[in-house]
Amino acid sequence: MASVVFKALCDGFLVTLQIFGLTLLGALPLGLIIAFGAMSRFLPLKALIKTIVWIIRGTPLMLQLIIIYYGPGLILHNNIWGGSNGRMTAVLVAFILNYSCYFSEIYRGGIESISKGQSEAGQVLGMTKSQIFFKIILLQVVKRIVPPMSNEIITLVKDTSLARIIAVYEIIWSGQSFIKGAGIIWPLFCTGIFYLAFCGILTILFGLIEKKLSYFS
Amino acid sequence: MSVLEIKDIKKSFGKTEVLKGISFSLNKGEVLSIIGSSGSGKTTLLRCLNFLEFADSGTIAVNGETIFDGSSVKRLSDSEIRKNRLHFGLVFQSFNLFPQYNVLKNVMLAPSLLKRGTPEEIESKARALIDRVGLSEKIGNYPCELSGGQQQRVAIARALALEPDILCFDEPTSALDPSLTGEVLKVIKGLKSTDSTMIVVTHEMEFAKNVSDKVLFMADGVIEEYGTPDEVFNNPKSEKTKSFLNKSLETF
Repeated sequence: MASVVFKALCDGFLVTLQIFGLTLLGALPLGLIIAFGAMSRFLPLKALIKTIVWIIRGTPLMLQLIIIYYGPGLILHNNIWGGSNGRMTAVLVAFILNYSCYFSEIYRGGIESISKGQSEAGQVLGMTKSQIFFKIILLQVVKRIVPPMSNEIITLVKDTSLARIIAVYEIIWSGQSFIKGAGIIWPLFCTGIFYLAFCGILTILFGLIEKKLSYFS
Repeated sequence: MSVLEIKDIKKSFGKTEVLKGISFSLNKGEVLSIIGSSGSGKTTLLRCLNFLEFADSGTIAVNGETIFDGSSVKRLSDSEIRKNRLHFGLVFQSFNLFPQYNVLKNVMLAPSLLKRGTPEEIESKARALIDRVGLSEKIGNYPCELSGGQQQRVAIARALALEPDILCFDEPTSALDPSLTGEVLKVIKGLKSTDSTMIVVTHEMEFAKNVSDKVLFMADGVIEEYGTPDEVFNNPKSEKTKSFLNKSLETF
């Protein structure tokens, strides 16, 4: 029995990892783009971005998942999520959108916290705007945002369980299925160990990044 | 021929007119000290020269070529601004070294990005400049490991690496411990030569008196007095200059 459970939980956890990894892959860069939009001097764009961020951060991710997955079929009568990977794609769209909005605020805070003198020093040395950002500002921002980002990323690990609401077979569902199927609840409890272990690894990783960046201040 | 000629520079922030028409010229190899109380527009003037601010009107010419004309309708493009800016170097009051790079990399970064020679040439030039400001021993250190005076000397080497026609200093010793101002002023004094033109905004009256060729006293956005150190310090014409100098040179 134990090996059957272990196999099922591992299968579920792979899906969890997939949601986690692909969300980061999409949301980390998208968040930066949104952050630049929110800092834009072009006011209509700024207002649009701020409104989107307000809506995304102001409603539950679970609701967003349901609307994104069921909305097109029920409201527009065009179920764009029909394919075999439809559910997973819908989950990723919702997660990437949601997390990039949170990331964007962390990025914005980080970028705005860097003293203006840094970019002025780059300017008087004849650097272009993108050289200033990538060669001077970015690493200083990264250093400052590691703690808030680690918070957000660890939250993401556990938020992946929300995918279950639109029937994506992630680890919580795989554990839960044994309640109905075999009348046992301990597999569900065991999912907690997976989360704990994974978050433990991430915590160590973020600690290493912080240490690696501690050579400057 | 004058290396720098500025005419009737005006600049307002909102309703406050900070520069009310500044004109002066500077010959190659001269050191100009700009003195005056806080809020007189000294820093704004330097920032206009370095295009960190744009003057509302007036012209700036370097080596006879007009690089800024406030009356021109055409706005300068980013690349023109970058090109014009390179006539000037600026050393900030708060150093503004790049914290994530060591001393050598701080000096090398801009010349490398601007492709001012091969990597070997850029590095050997950077090493020579760091030696010139007396910091060869600290070449691999990060800014946070240096004292304020040392950081400012690195900032001077960094500005020199691009060989500006005119090097500007914005109160280079104001953020320093009194015990550290000497080493920085000594470096600036050591840079004085026939082909390096410098503008130093400073509160160090002794430095202005002894090192500079010209002294400019600013008050309320206008040039109140301009001349040799002897003229300004020993025979000031304006009442404002007299009272400023009396207060500045007051001993306790």
